[in-house]
Amino acid sequence: MKAVVFIEKNPVNNQLRRVSLELVHKAYTLVHPLGGEVTGIFTGDSLPENSDELFKYGLNRLLYYTDERLIYLHSIAYKHILEAMIRAEEPEIVLFGATHTGRDVAPLIASSLKTGMTADCTQLFIDEFKDKGKILYQVRPAFGGNILATIITPDHRPMMATVREGVMLLPDEKLDNPVRTEVFPVDFNDLWIKSEFLEIVPKIKKVDFNSANIIVSGGAGVGSKENFRLIRELARALGGEVGASRAAVDFGYIEKDHQIGQTGSVVRPRLYIACGISGQIQHRAGMEEARKIIAINKDPEAPIFNIAHMGVVGDLNEIIPIMLRYLSEED
Amino acid sequence: MKKIVVLAKQVPDTANITGDAMKPDGTVNRSALPAIYNPEDLNALEMGLTIRDELGGEVFVITMGPAKAVEILKHSLYMGADHVFLITDRKFAAADTLATSYVLAEAIKKIGNVDLVLAGRQAIDGDTAQVGPQVAEKIDYNQVTYVSALKEISDDYLIVERDGEVQTEVIKVGFPVLLTVTAEANTPRFPNCRRMLHYFRADLAENFSDDKKELAKENNWIIPTLSMEDLELVEDRCGLKGSPTKVHKIKSITLKGGDLKMYGTETTDIKQLVRDIMKDYVEVN
Repeated sequence: MKAVVFIEKNPVNNQLRRVSLELVHKAYTLVHPLGGEVTGIFTGDSLPENSDELFKYGLNRLLYYTDERLIYLHSIAYKHILEAMIRAEEPEIVLFGATHTGRDVAPLIASSLKTGMTADCTQLFIDEFKDKGKILYQVRPAFGGNILATIITPDHRPMMATVREGVMLLPDEKLDNPVRTEVFPVDFNDLWIKSEFLEIVPKIKKVDFNSANIIVSGGAGVGSKENFRLIRELARALGGEVGASRAAVDFGYIEKDHQIGQTGSVVRPRLYIACGISGQIQHRAGMEEARKIIAINKDPEAPIFNIAHMGVVGDLNEIIPIMLRYLSEED
Repeated sequence: MKKIVVLAKQVPDTANITGDAMKPDGTVNRSALPAIYNPEDLNALEMGLTIRDELGGEVFVITMGPAKAVEILKHSLYMGADHVFLITDRKFAAADTLATSYVLAEAIKKIGNVDLVLAGRQAIDGDTAQVGPQVAEKIDYNQVTYVSALKEISDDYLIVERDGEVQTEVIKVGFPVLLTVTAEANTPRFPNCRRMLHYFRADLAENFSDDKKELAKENNWIIPTLSMEDLELVEDRCGLKGSPTKVHKIKSITLKGGDLKMYGTETTDIKQLVRDIMKDYVEVN
């Protein structure tokens, strides 16, 4: 069984996106035991500076095509190039990161290949299915995370899936696969360039969940934008990052960058303090892998208490000020 | 003058549903759920109306769904849509994104000479964000996804801002083009009172008694439908049959019981909580 992984770089720093490494490793764990290989496919203006890293996570070959115009996401060009690579490889499995680039291009390719694609998978595994032999089982939350659906593509190939960054784990041990990169010949058609990119403004990343050991998050129960100040203060006092549930973002308490959950970031901090967050599955999908979860909520029935390790039933507007006072006394 | 098509979807209000709303075959029993206009499709409609108001032309809103989906088409009329179509057929049931995009693409071709197709970035029931691009591929249009602002409108091009995740991209696109629109792009307008008073009677033809049909026709109250036959579709590409992905298993989320330690709300209790948090944190480090 052969797997192809879309390799993506961050255009701002020219480095691989972490999700590419995560998916290469996932593909390796899926197909290597079956004697299969993992091919990376890349297009853009130039290879990511650290593309050799991919081979340490299980990549066997990297196919690429570069053209300076492809520094921008010209969807139609990306589609033609990547689709040609996939057709040439004839893989059973194709994985894309569920990034704003992956989610732009992958559906175009699935449509053109007339095959199935499953978005935002949280688990991928291979197993037998009836008389079809081994197929890919794709597990994803749906309906706002109220259900977990296992999706299969029994009769079409390739079986395509997207996975969000942070969902698949990177291994501790690296491999020493030899670096094998090959230019993929493309008969580039200028008509594939249909948009004119006038200006690119790098986003200043205000939130960094990846390196945060502690995250303090607020939800609808915080009650107001003013009260959300307490969440920020607690995060600052603990040296942590500020998170939020979708509800808190929807109510305008805080910017969307802070959102954690199925439609926000997926985080794995050592400590996760959930304040006024009921713990809808939508939110839990983004934080239940935290090492320790502390819940502060008025409602003793809130589902967050079912996954929490420490809990307080009460008003966060009274409890957090006590915590802050105690933390400042400690200093 | 622009011909604009907005793709809309009626979705279950995902904040208020449970696993009980699933049918035994693993598909969703939509009739058992409260249904709303997919939020980002309203942003797409708002963008379409804004562009029409500036350049002239017509806004068509189309949706694929059961009869109940006329509710969002009526809402579209209240907001200012010129034409609406309900694309409905039993054969469309249980369609995945590939089968859905096939039907919508054929409907767009049927409307013909469409300059601009707009859709919400994603629907809140599936969150796949796949149908927009898959329609663009099938009608062979250029696309811009994650459109977070409309900067300039002209007869020959649009200038839009795209949320490129690590960067914001300002993009100039000619017509025809398909855009998928995020919630940041605009604030959907309120329904217009006058239009509401006029169109609240709008409904499917079958729901008007014979003696009311003439009156309904004169007032544009009849919401037209398009079936598989009307669109001359290949049955094998519609609905469950035309869907390469199959739902293998559905599991309602059940909560796992943790080893939960509870604290009181007295100052001493909270101090103990903070001490335990810090102790724990030091230990795991």
